[in-house]
Amino acid sequence: MADVGIAMVDNRPAEITLQPLKERRWRVYAGRLVLVALWLGSWEVAGTYWIDPFFYSKPSLIWQKLVDWFTEGTSYGSIWLQISYTLQEAVYGFALGAIVGVVLGVVLGRSRFLSDVLAPFIKAANAIPRIVLASLFVIWFGFGMSSKVATAFVLVFFGVFFNAFQGAREVPKVIDDNSRILGASRLQMMRTVVLPSATSWILASLHTAFGFALIGAIVGEYTGADKGLGMLIAHSQGTFDSAGIYAAMIIMTALALLAEAVLTLVERRLTRWQPR
Amino acid sequence: MTQTTSAIRLQRATKVFPAAGGGTFTAMREVTLDVAPGEFVTVVGPTGCGKSTTLALISGLEPASAGEVAVAGTPVTGIPGNVGYMFQQDATLPWRTVVDNVALGLRYRGVPKAEARERAQEWVDRVGLRGFEKYYPHQLSGGMRKRVAMAQTLITEPQILLLDEPFGALDVQTRELMQAELLRLWAGTGAAVVFVTHDLTEAIALADRVVVMTAAPATIKSIVPVTLPRPRDVEAIRLDPAFLDLYREVWDSLREEVEIARERGARRG
Ligand SMILES: Nc1ncnc2c1ncn2[C@@H]1O[C@H](COP(=O)(O)OP(=O)(O)OP(=O)(O)O)[C@@H](O)[C@H]1O
Ligand SMILES: [Mg+2]
Repeated sequence: MADVGIAMVDNRPAEITLQPLKERRWRVYAGRLVLVALWLGSWEVAGTYWIDPFFYSKPSLIWQKLVDWFTEGTSYGSIWLQISYTLQEAVYGFALGAIVGVVLGVVLGRSRFLSDVLAPFIKAANAIPRIVLASLFVIWFGFGMSSKVATAFVLVFFGVFFNAFQGAREVPKVIDDNSRILGASRLQMMRTVVLPSATSWILASLHTAFGFALIGAIVGEYTGADKGLGMLIAHSQGTFDSAGIYAAMIIMTALALLAEAVLTLVERRLTRWQPR
Repeated sequence: MTQTTSAIRLQRATKVFPAAGGGTFTAMREVTLDVAPGEFVTVVGPTGCGKSTTLALISGLEPASAGEVAVAGTPVTGIPGNVGYMFQQDATLPWRTVVDNVALGLRYRGVPKAEARERAQEWVDRVGLRGFEKYYPHQLSGGMRKRVAMAQTLITEPQILLLDEPFGALDVQTRELMQAELLRLWAGTGAAVVFVTHDLTEAIALADRVVVMTAAPATIKSIVPVTLPRPRDVEAIRLDPAFLDLYREVWDSLREEVEIARERGARRG
């Protein structure tokens, strides 16, 4: 009897550890699927029998709207035009905000004097409700693309700036000293020590920053524009087309997820040196 | 300038730090020391006495609070160009591969990338890391990282070499290997070396003079000249009767200071 017990234990460890893991993963996926089905299903049923789909819409209407947009276009031209317009604004705002944020953050992070002088102004600027600036930018830059880029820029800039600043401050002293002894000039120091050391911090901020850039572009369009997803939302609101609002939201979410995937790839490439 | 210029000259050099709870802490008091070009000086002293601080002053990373520090006859104000400094802590760049870490000093001096890589590769071979040039520091053992640091420091051929417990974290076999390696690489360069260590055997085996420091604040307690002939075999040398006499002399001098430091530590703790 004892023999049998030992034999059983010895023969099965591989299956014992692998099988439940695999099974568990499927159950997680299945659980998610059930959740989505429950959510959409109950919404659809409620929209059909109890609540007014005019206000709350329902999944089938939203789906229909998306199909319409992608096959026939919106009342303002092709959906691809709107997407590319919004995406361009977001990307420009993101790139500008990220570059200026990193450069200023790193320079101030390395200069006690400058950061001491500028600290109160930066705090004050950060406390401004930046969304409101979108209205101002429309007045300054008009209804074209530049006012949206500006809105995306201010939203991106601060997040990136503060992280780059922090990252530049946290260069380990001994690494800093070592590079100085090896003869690094200020500029070489920035390039070979400060920037790489701050990469993790900067990358962390870039992940949220693209979301902010999209929000900036869309709020900018919402405030006043003749193209873009934000304009579609504003227009849908004007015509009480709640399905249109949901449909635009879904497109934005897809864009944000796509950007996130691209950023993750870039991050992998830039942090190859880190232990995993 | 009476005779030849000292490679390193400390004249009543004093260093005062702001202490943690306000007030000040004197880490070094009136240290006077001359190191000639081509001379190998080792420094021993109780932990926390101010050995690293002494190196920081010579390297120009920390200014002296009082007294004078000069390197090759020039008062130290910034970081002198001809100084190499191997830190007590790990200081390799985590985001650079072994060969790029070693090439760093050359790159900073404007040597083109290809040439810097090539010369770095020679140093990688010399410190026994061939095959690891593409590794990142986190993929190396502690001892291998020390070798990278050594190659990184030596590649610029510094005339002043400051080494802060460079082999402290190594196992005995690797340490002896590295000691022999260091002597071999240093021989004939004419570089003045200040080498901090806790290991008396190492201190005597490598040095022309052993400097014993007092418990904090560091002052020089005694200087023991080591007249054993060079080139030396670091493994065989400690069986030499002259070596044992030297060991006793250094240990007698150091013991009191270690006890003072220990008592203080006990009182504080
Ligand atoms: N930046 C600093 N600020 C304040 N105190 C400091 C600073 N650097 C060193 N000290 C103090 O100076 C004293 C000497 O430090 P140092 O690092 O020179 O010691 P050490 O002799 O190298 O010790 P060890 O053998 O443990 O490396 C210590 O008591 C330490 O607390
Ligand atoms: Mg030390």
